[in-house]
Amino acid sequence: MDNIAGRTSALNWIVQISVVALVALWLFPTVGLLVSSFRTADQISGSGWWGALTASEQNLTLRTADPEDDGAQVLVNGVYTVQGQLFGEGSEAEISVWGTSSLRISEFAPGDTAELSDGETLTVQADGAYVWTSPEELSGRGQRIFVTATTPPEFTLQNYERVLFSGDSTDGMSRAFFNTLTVTIPATIIPIVIAAFAAYALAWMDFPGRALLIAAVVGLLVVPLQLALIPLLRLHLEIGIGKGYLGTWLAHTGFGLPLAIYLLRNYMVGLPRDIIENAKVDGATDFQIFTKIILPLSFPALASFAIFQFLWTWNDLLVAKVFLIDATGETTVMTNQIVELLGTRGGNWEILATAAFVSIAVPLVVFFAMQRYLVRGLLAGSVK
Amino acid sequence: MNPALQGLVTIIIGVGGCIAYFYFSNQFLDKVLLPAKSKNAGRNINRANLIRPWLFLFPAIFALGLYLAYPVVATLWYSLTDRNQGGAFVGFANYQRMMAEPKFWEALRNNMLWLIIVPAASTAFGLLAAQLTDRIKWGAIAKSLIFMPMAISFVGASVIFKLIYDTRPVDQNQIGALNALWLQFDGGIGSFLILRLLPGALMISAAALALFLVYTNMQAIREKGAGAGSALRAVLIAVMAFVIYSTLGLAYGAFTNVHPYGEPQTWLTIPGWNSFLLMVVLIWIQTGFAMVILSAALRGIPEETIEAAIVDGANPFQVFFKIKMPQISGTIVVVWTTITLVVLKVFDIVFAMTNGQWETQVLANYMFDKLFRASDWGVGSASAMVIMLLVSPILVWNVYNARKEMR
Repeated sequence: MDNIAGRTSALNWIVQISVVALVALWLFPTVGLLVSSFRTADQISGSGWWGALTASEQNLTLRTADPEDDGAQVLVNGVYTVQGQLFGEGSEAEISVWGTSSLRISEFAPGDTAELSDGETLTVQADGAYVWTSPEELSGRGQRIFVTATTPPEFTLQNYERVLFSGDSTDGMSRAFFNTLTVTIPATIIPIVIAAFAAYALAWMDFPGRALLIAAVVGLLVVPLQLALIPLLRLHLEIGIGKGYLGTWLAHTGFGLPLAIYLLRNYMVGLPRDIIENAKVDGATDFQIFTKIILPLSFPALASFAIFQFLWTWNDLLVAKVFLIDATGETTVMTNQIVELLGTRGGNWEILATAAFVSIAVPLVVFFAMQRYLVRGLLAGSVK
Repeated sequence: MNPALQGLVTIIIGVGGCIAYFYFSNQFLDKVLLPAKSKNAGRNINRANLIRPWLFLFPAIFALGLYLAYPVVATLWYSLTDRNQGGAFVGFANYQRMMAEPKFWEALRNNMLWLIIVPAASTAFGLLAAQLTDRIKWGAIAKSLIFMPMAISFVGASVIFKLIYDTRPVDQNQIGALNALWLQFDGGIGSFLILRLLPGALMISAAALALFLVYTNMQAIREKGAGAGSALRAVLIAVMAFVIYSTLGLAYGAFTNVHPYGEPQTWLTIPGWNSFLLMVVLIWIQTGFAMVILSAALRGIPEETIEAAIVDGANPFQVFFKIKMPQISGTIVVVWTTITLVVLKVFDIVFAMTNGQWETQVLANYMFDKLFRASDWGVGSASAMVIMLLVSPILVWNVYNARKEMR
């Protein structure tokens, strides 16, 4: 519609480039976390994650094998020799310069032989292979070697193994993952059932006070849940639910209901009146109309709300902290676990990034799979 | 019992119970209480239909009442009583104690900054993204990528941005993107353009925009005279005056501040800046929301109005600001208020990133602190009531609009 005057090409390039820049800016933070979760602790602290995608030059301090290890030292032609490889198996790192003292780390080129004290010599090749010789028997720890090496991009899955499968109680997320799931599923399904009946009554049944009730729902839509924390926690403690899953499910149900009723009612009001009246003429009861006609037709609205409630309960921290997590910490959820990791492991980005990504992954999958319903729900909930 | 199993049982009991409740209560009404038979059939059917809506509504009303309506009243009551005196009525003593705390005023001041900056920036970015992506072929993909942060939890986003704000000692490689970027500046001409001229110019244009709003609203008041609308405009003018004052101050600062070039900064501990860095997280999340809603509104604009403007020789900017903007102003208000509600309740981001240290406190986190760390229910409830008070204009506005629509 903007191109009727034939001037698209003038602006088109600017628009394209701005959108690319905007998208890149918005993706940058998340990509950083994702890339970091596949790097080792050394790599993360050695260079920024943006350097992980290209070969990088690093200064490393490495050590030869200890001469006292079994079989490390062999006698060849009357010379004690320790041979080996500085890098791990399959590494493609390439040494550009190396040295034997921290003050002169670029003293030698690959292939050079360094003269050490007591007649010892050390030769290091570009691929990290070394030969360390001595006229006397060698003892003590391995020789330190300072290398400047170019390492190709390297990624590892070991962070995910540690976070998901190690069973470690501070780093492990598996328990928190299942706890989150346990909170989320009932807290998503129960409000839908309750809200659907209420929405039907508010949309299609005539009774005094209906308008007032709808206004009340709209009003409750914005009540901050901060107000509910203390009175409800006290109530739960008094009636014996205490802190636990049941209380959390109930709390999420209560907090999710206004939006559920509002979304579903707005959708149901828009359904064709003829169908419902025909069914009534044919003798269907309200209960039958609801279960056989309204519910199947309202699927898009039900899906919209289900996604909202799922994202909300999965990502929630406050409700879980107040109503669920007790002193034992057995019932911790992922968001809480991550906040605790931020405290105890503030510098260990490999653990933090991986834990955070584990908790983000499920909502992202749901988001991309069901984006259509999410957008529809947003539009129904706010645009009038 | 295994919690997963317990969850399954609860789903079955909860959902099954709900359905059973609805089914059997309807059956009871129709078959036992008021059967549609014998000589009273007609009267019974009418009576049953009077009762039935309440059967459908009962669980929802019960849950809403218990979990949302009752707590409002109860919190109000707690804010007026003292738990240590056995719940005795103490009037406004809790509020007085709260007002005497500098931390409360810090939280309130920060909340006000959040309230102005986050909705404004999110809406502006959202509008920009909506307008740009609607013009290109791969707009749908671009939109869904910008929308994606909506699915990320506040805690997850906090971790993401903490990595960006991370600091290492001077002699090490910086792994935080912000510090890596910061070290690129050395005080030369590039630094002057980006760190002084650009923010200064932005602040001055924001002040100019606010001045323009003040001017148009004053005109409107002069034309329409006194009334409810004028009172609202007067409030807006007052807010804008504050905005002009602070943006000009920031512009002056942008040109005169001395920057520590070449030294990595611990961003989250610099008072003044750190609050903005926390706001960036929420803006990053909320822009997608604003974009989706505004993009739908932009598409809903009748094409004839735009075609007519182009035929009359309007340039793309005129089309946007004079034709499109006025037609989507209602939607902008809706987006703005929705984001405002999110901002008022923001808790996770501050809790996870700074926990209110270094002058970044906000009301929701202040309240959590009072309730669960200091165990001071009186002040905690009082601050919760302050949040409620800030929300209530939006509440009234929403209810008013909903009622207008239903008529």
